[in-house]
This record gives sequence, structure tokens and C-alpha cells, in this order.
Amino acid sequence: MTVNEEQTTISVALEDLIREVEELHAGGYRLVQIGCTDIGGAYEINYSFDKDYQFRNLRLTVGPDIEVPSISGIYWGAFVYENETHDLFGIPVTGINIDFKGTFIKSGEKYPFSVTRRGGDQCRNA
Amino acid sequence: MPKRIVVPFGPQHPVLPEPIHLDLVLEDEKVVDVVPSIGYIHRGLEQLVQKREFTEYVYVAERICGICSFMHAVGYCQGIEHIMGLEVPDRARYLRTIWSECSRLHSHLLWLGLFADGMGFENLFMRSWQLRESVLDVLEDTTGGRVIQGTCKVGGVRRDIGQEKLDEMHHTLDPFEEQCRDLGDIFLNDDTVKYRLKGLGVISKDEAYALGATGPTTRGSGVAMDHRETGYAAYGDIGFKPVVETAGDCYARCAVRVKEVYASIDQIRRAIDQIPEGPLDVKVKGTPDGEYFSRVEQPRGEVVHYLRGDGTKHLARARIRTPTLANIPMLVKMLPGVQLADVPVVVLSIDPCISCTER
Repeated sequence: MTVNEEQTTISVALEDLIREVEELHAGGYRLVQIGCTDIGGAYEINYSFDKDYQFRNLRLTVGPDIEVPSISGIYWGAFVYENETHDLFGIPVTGINIDFKGTFIKSGEKYPFSVTRRGGDQCRNA
Repeated sequence: MPKRIVVPFGPQHPVLPEPIHLDLVLEDEKVVDVVPSIGYIHRGLEQLVQKREFTEYVYVAERICGICSFMHAVGYCQGIEHIMGLEVPDRARYLRTIWSECSRLHSHLLWLGLFADGMGFENLFMRSWQLRESVLDVLEDTTGGRVIQGTCKVGGVRRDIGQEKLDEMHHTLDPFEEQCRDLGDIFLNDDTVKYRLKGLGVISKDEAYALGATGPTTRGSGVAMDHRETGYAAYGDIGFKPVVETAGDCYARCAVRVKEVYASIDQIRRAIDQIPEGPLDVKVKGTPDGEYFSRVEQPRGEVVHYLRGDGTKHLARARIRTPTLANIPMLVKMLPGVQLADVPVVVLSIDPCISCTER
């Protein structure tokens, strides 16, 4: 059997993120990953979901100092991606179920993937 | 209530070839909570994409992992090919499938050996790795590399396997399968193995799905999800059906991998039977401009290569979500209720690859 994979990407506003994620959760979607991209002064965060190989992607664009709410209350396993997003990019994520406070990924340099926050030494989730 | 103590597990531990740390919260000998910790060897390979040309980054993608290196290359190349609209020749798709399944074979045999070692079944460990050697010999013979193959490139493959070699591989598959079935018979039917694994680290189907777990780890809980079903490479031509077990314990996860060894042998056999003649690659013109989430089924589960090009020779972003990272939440849920002595076996049952995780 061959299944055709479809990929859709939808932009979401920060205030709509939790509601959109809850809808996908209620629709039986699995969390595939959360990934961040530095787009020059701002960040694009992709929340990727899948159901029967149909790929849905919620795209959130935030400025450098914006706090992002955790979706770990909806998808328990999201903590790995959210801690990673914080530790590599320095994006503050609030309300993570298991918050490592910047120690999940032990890099020699704080927030190594962040251009705007490179060299900072404060945990953004503290 | 018994006094709680915290026992550190790893990052250096006899069953862990690579560093991951778990803080195990114990009541007497029973695990009641777990806090995982990674990041000891994070390499920042995703950032290298901005310093290597998109055709060169295949070499970096292959070095994300020393076990499923070829499949990382396939995932990366498929993503670039999708963005650039490249149609890979049929023979290249089949060769990618053959080498991918060889990688899965040697990965699963490696894991079976490590798992047997973790259980304390030393001669089973040695027999598993003995069989793995013959797969590595085939990889070396056909690609020149045992660990890093270097044969996948954007637009196709770099090397062919001649008909004589394909015939030779086909002839060796039957006796090899017989040896693997003898080995698998011990993993599936030996009383010692069953006593050690059954009922240990149980995760239900719903929980496995909800946690976003992937690969044999989740198929052992009854989730029939395997990205090969989408028919990438030549899987759509040769046919594919996921291997699923339903018990959700360490034995079920082991059984899935044992049966996937048999399935991989069958896939290689069918790919060799059906491989068409033709070119190995297409010419790559221009630079990638666009984005794609390329997904491939590795031995440990689905890997995601998110690739984004901006029309230059360097990609703007590569984000790689490896299967072990997705399986860590499931591990955290598996361990509570387990006895301390069983922790190494439960940890191994997700087939953790920290090299991938610390890409």
C-alpha cells in the first residue's frame, strides 16, 4: 500500500496557538516535532503534526523578546522540543511540564543558534 | 512511605555506548520518577548547513549518525530533490532502498546484540554481532564503506551495484535469512528472554501515540505507523506492510525488531528482483528555493529533515528531528514502576541513538 503524503502549513497568531493545537489534538493528530528558524531578528516556530501521514504544520512567528506558551499541557511529550527551543535559540517558553531551566542541552555557549541573543548567560525560562 | 532517593543513571554506563543521563527517583528498588538529560555532546550540525553548499551537506547529514547514516543522506537528498523538483531515476530509487534496508538490518542486529548484552545473554550478543558483520561486509563491498557509505547524492546515487554482485547478494539472502531466523527464534521463544522482558516497561497504544513516539518503540505498542508506507524510494513499487506487536512491553519491542530483520531481507530480495536498468542520477541545475519536511523511516523510527532554501547555494535552515528525541518522552513514561535492575533493559528497548539526538 502506498499512501500519498500531503503537507500543509498554516500561520497562527500567538494568541491562537493553544486553541489551534487543542483542535489538532482533538482531531487525533500526533505531535511530530517543534522546530525553530532564525529569520533575522525574529523567529519562526514550526509545530508539526501528523495523522495517517497527512502532515499539518502550524507556523508561529515571534519577535526576539516574546514569551511563547508551552503546549506540553496538551501534548505531554512536547517538553523535549520546547526545552531544546529555549536552550538553542533562547526563546522563553512558559509553563513547560518539565522545565530544565536551560540545562537540557549543555552547550558551551548559551543559545548557540540565536543571532540576537548570543552570549547571554541568563536562563530565559527562569 | 519509603524514603525516596535519587540514583544517577549515566551519562557513563555499561549499557550506554553514548551519553544520556537519567535521574532515577527510587522508593526502595522501585523507580517512581525519572528526569532525563541530554546535550553532553551536542555538535550543532544543523548550523553547518549555512557554511556548506547544499550538495556538500549530504556528507554532513551522513555523519549525524554512524548507524543510520545512509538514511540520513536519503532523507536530506529527498528533501532537496522535492524543493528543486528533481525526478530521481528508478534505478537510483531501488539502490537507495537496498542500501537503506541493509542499514536497517545491521542496525537491528547491532541492537539485538546490545539488548542481549543488557540482559546478560552474552553468547546471543556475540551471535547477533557475528551476523551483523556479514551485512557490513555487503555494505563495504557495494559502497566502499562499512559505516559511512557516501553513495547517496542529490539527484540520485553515486555508485551502481553490478548484476553479478546483485545475483551474489540474492544467493546469500536465503542462508542469511535462515541464520537470522535461528537467532530470532531465541529472542522470541527462549524462556530466559521471555521471563526477562514480558510485562516490562509497558506502554499502551493510545499512550504511545499521544506521546509522539515513533518507530519499533511505538509499533511494539500496536501503532501501525511506518513511513515506508508512503512509498518513498522504491517502497511503493516493492510493497510494504508495517510489523506490529500489541503487548507494548520490552518483549514486544524486541519482537518488532526481530521480525523487521526478516522483513528487511524480504525487501532487499524483492528490490533485487525488480530493479530496473537505467541511469543513476540526474543533473542538478540551480539552487533550492523553498522548503520541505522530508520524512524517512530509519531503524529507530521516523526522522524529519526540515530544509529551507533561499535560492542561494547554502540552505537557510536544516532542522533534523531524530527518532530518539521523539522517543525520550515515552522512555520517561515507561520507567516508573520498574525495578532498578531492569532499568538498563527498558532504556535499551527504545534503541537510543544519542549520536542522532546530539546532531
